[in-house]
Amino acid sequence: MATLDLIGLRKSFGQTEVLRQVDLSLADGEMLVIVGASGCGKSTLLRMVAGLERPSAGRIVLGGRDIVGLDPAERDIAMVFQNYALYPHMSVFENMAYGLRIRGLARADIQRRVDEAAGLLGLSELLGRKPRQLSGGQRQRVAMGRAIVREPKLFLFDEPLSNLDAKLRVQMRAEIRRLQRRLGVTSLYVTHDQVEAMTLGDRLLVLHQGHPAQLATPMEVFERPADTYVAGFIGAPAMNFLAATLAEGGTAARLDAGPLVRFVDGRRAGTDGDALTVGIRPEHLSLVPDGLALHVDLIEPLGSETLVHGHLASPGETPLVVKLSGHAPPGETLTVALQPAQLHVFDRASGRRIEPIGAETGRPALVGAGLAQ
Amino acid sequence: MDRRTIFQGWALPMLLVLPQLLLTGFFFYWPAGQAVWSSLTSEDPFGQGSVFVGLDNFADLFADPLYVQSIVRTVVFCLAVSALAMSVALALAVFADREIRGRAVYRTLLIWPYAIAPALSAVLFLFILNPQVGLLGRWLNTHGLPWDYHINGGQALLMVVLASAWKQVSYNFIFFLAGLQSIPRAVTEAARMDGARGWHRFRTITFPLLSPTTFFLLVVNVVYAAFDTFGTIYALTQGGPGKDTETLVIKVYRDGMINQDIGSSSAQSVVLMLGVIVVTAVQFRFMGRRTSA
Repeated sequence: MATLDLIGLRKSFGQTEVLRQVDLSLADGEMLVIVGASGCGKSTLLRMVAGLERPSAGRIVLGGRDIVGLDPAERDIAMVFQNYALYPHMSVFENMAYGLRIRGLARADIQRRVDEAAGLLGLSELLGRKPRQLSGGQRQRVAMGRAIVREPKLFLFDEPLSNLDAKLRVQMRAEIRRLQRRLGVTSLYVTHDQVEAMTLGDRLLVLHQGHPAQLATPMEVFERPADTYVAGFIGAPAMNFLAATLAEGGTAARLDAGPLVRFVDGRRAGTDGDALTVGIRPEHLSLVPDGLALHVDLIEPLGSETLVHGHLASPGETPLVVKLSGHAPPGETLTVALQPAQLHVFDRASGRRIEPIGAETGRPALVGAGLAQ
Repeated sequence: MDRRTIFQGWALPMLLVLPQLLLTGFFFYWPAGQAVWSSLTSEDPFGQGSVFVGLDNFADLFADPLYVQSIVRTVVFCLAVSALAMSVALALAVFADREIRGRAVYRTLLIWPYAIAPALSAVLFLFILNPQVGLLGRWLNTHGLPWDYHINGGQALLMVVLASAWKQVSYNFIFFLAGLQSIPRAVTEAARMDGARGWHRFRTITFPLLSPTTFFLLVVNVVYAAFDTFGTIYALTQGGPGKDTETLVIKVYRDGMINQDIGSSSAQSVVLMLGVIVVTAVQFRFMGRRTSA
């Protein structure tokens, strides 16, 4: 068990910068989820911590010791791979015991640790089987078991659930979280799945094209996304964005579509006429008798709720998704209004969130992981 | 998976396999049948006719200590060639599998020797090992190490083993490299994270995962060493000195073509043929079981 600090970590392959600058601190026992679209550098980050890739610059400090120059064998880190990476010619027991045998543990200790982990994961009956005789979920458990028995300083998870079917994924997700809490091992978890990102981590790091876009608790990321990328990435269906300009001395936004929306949480800095992007989640649009006119393109009933895909008549063809509880009303147009308390205001040019005056201080975590601590 | 095409009648399917059947019949079954027939006869040395003698040729053969010696020699030769060709190829493949500069060139160069005719490779080895004109041969002699494969049977055997193995390294290299590349990278990485390094990782992870390739190559190499090395050995030593490099195929040739003992030579061919059939059957069984498992 240990703390992990990434300091000024960078990685480029030739001319391509994969990871531009990551600074990150994990407390002892903390689970941090790194989420991002494919190619954002999240796997590279994990592999550098594992020792499978060398960083181009920066330091990785695990438990107070810089491990950048160390071989993976010396780092005392265990990793769970996406495709499990079990040793196909070894039984479940041998798979789990392999790392312990290399460390020269006594036979009895190995037996005890493997039995313990197998009991924890419900693998006790399967210890004699070969990986090819196991189902996907069982293989996943063996991969977890192989990491657990090592009792390492740090767990790394590289999209461990993406090869499982939906039902098993939900089950394993909860199991991983329970195990991690129980064992209290510091963990880095990489995923592109935002549900995993929201549910698993103590904190969430959103990576965007090699930049840390936001580092905060999952709820904070959801409620106060640092920029339009994070806002659009976290949450399903994705947030709607509307073009607007600052109005009324910074206390309201004039939507390009017409209506004026007042900020209920306070005045924004800037001068009237500054270009803004106003974000609103689909569930925060309500049906009203007179509001924005929405031409309905598609209705998706999900049972408990209904998704309405449409577009605004003006300006252009701005698409808009509305999530309604219950059925959608009949007709080809709907009129909707933005719930003022749920607005997200972004600078249109930079995409950065604009907080009300007075609220933007003391929230450095939103600005980017590089400045987090 | 069972993929069957149902033909109406016999004419079309027969026509489709006919070319292959003709080739096989003409170039394999006919001469093989001739060999079997000759192995059961004793031929007049002057070609004046032959007498049916049943299995006498075979009985004579296995009673002949020279033949038994030749079998032992062939077994030793096969094992030596296979072991050398496979271990060198595996080492080269492991290095070629790494991320290195100019990897494509390196790989291509290693595959070239396979395209060289046996007699030519033998000549290359003569230029290296001949005691009078060979580079290494002369060097050895001038440095107090007597080297002459014309008179030293052990040295002659060593030379034919080297030359035969050298030619087979390329072939083994290709298969080992393909085998190494089919090992998932994540499995190797998992072993690295588990703390396995270098030789230990190779022994416990890489080599076991290569075992299907290794077994396949073992069979192929033994067959190669037993049957396809005629050209190399004949060009280098003609089986000499004495009979020190006379493997079974060389003996078949010498007894049949030079000593004109057609009956005995044919009987030896038949024995060899049975050997190939057994080895191939074992391999098919094993490979078949693996792929269906």
